[in-house]
Amino acid sequence: MLDLLRQPWPWWTSGAAIAFIMVLLLYFGKYFGVSSNLRTICTIAGAGKRVEFFNFNWKAQRWNLLFVLGAVLGGVISSTWLKNDQPLQLSSATVEDLNAIGVSFDGNLNPAQLFGATAIGSVKGIAILLIGGVLVGFGSRYAGGCTSGHAISGLTNMQVPSLIAVIGFFIGGLATTYLILPHLF
Amino acid sequence: MKSIKFIFAGLLFGIIMSKSEAISWYRIQEMFRFQSFHMYGLMGTAVVLGSIAVFLIKKFKVSDYTGQPIIFKDKDKSFPRYIIGGTIFGLGWALTGACPGPMFVNLGFGYFGMLIVILGALLGTFIYGVVRNKLPH
Repeated sequence: MLDLLRQPWPWWTSGAAIAFIMVLLLYFGKYFGVSSNLRTICTIAGAGKRVEFFNFNWKAQRWNLLFVLGAVLGGVISSTWLKNDQPLQLSSATVEDLNAIGVSFDGNLNPAQLFGATAIGSVKGIAILLIGGVLVGFGSRYAGGCTSGHAISGLTNMQVPSLIAVIGFFIGGLATTYLILPHLF
Repeated sequence: MKSIKFIFAGLLFGIIMSKSEAISWYRIQEMFRFQSFHMYGLMGTAVVLGSIAVFLIKKFKVSDYTGQPIIFKDKDKSFPRYIIGGTIFGLGWALTGACPGPMFVNLGFGYFGMLIVILGALLGTFIYGVVRNKLPH
């Protein structure tokens, strides 16, 4: 059983499980949306004293912080008990395309060129990750949600605004993929 | 304990996202290059099954575990904030390969560089809070 769980999971099991988590949170009287935690953490850090947007009762969001804590622990379990030593089965077309822009495929989940010790110790490496993070944080709050809040919670509730946001996610993602990444490595 | 169920839900989310490789920068690149069905199948399954569940919850007026009716809030009707905010989000998503959930899952997985991304995301959220009154919504 454990051996089976250690294999990479097919996409449909995960798709079904994500729908299950969304329903589970609804049953708990909450909703599935991760990016609001970023606002909550800013509030806990004291941002509410200076900026009105962060002046809210964060304790009502405590459950969501616990969800994030669980997500971190889930990552720990996947990299220990459920660790799989096989390389990621990335499409060969993607491997070639990435090679062409100077990113080598190392078989892990994330490239060492972005997340390895050398990268996160260099000014360029830190700048890429920090700027990327700023864009994600700013964009998700401006759009009122991220992949979970819009693409899952919003789309399953037939929300047109969420569809617009998801189209935006792709416009931005394609722009980075084809216009920015080729010049970074 | 009331809190434990939220940790459990998050734990399940973290395991699923990492075991299905949805937290992988490479998988996100594969998605934006339309070279595999993997991420589309994953999101598609979640959206289709989730939609059926939401439909049934509304139809049969299902209550949550405390007996309160489950209420779905409509998103505010607007265009600029979703398209501009969404695009800015997408720029960062393809760069870091991580949206807010996977950032934390990756951190647990051992990618400590994600702390820089999380720090950036907090900074970005803070900047939004500071300038939001000047932005079109």
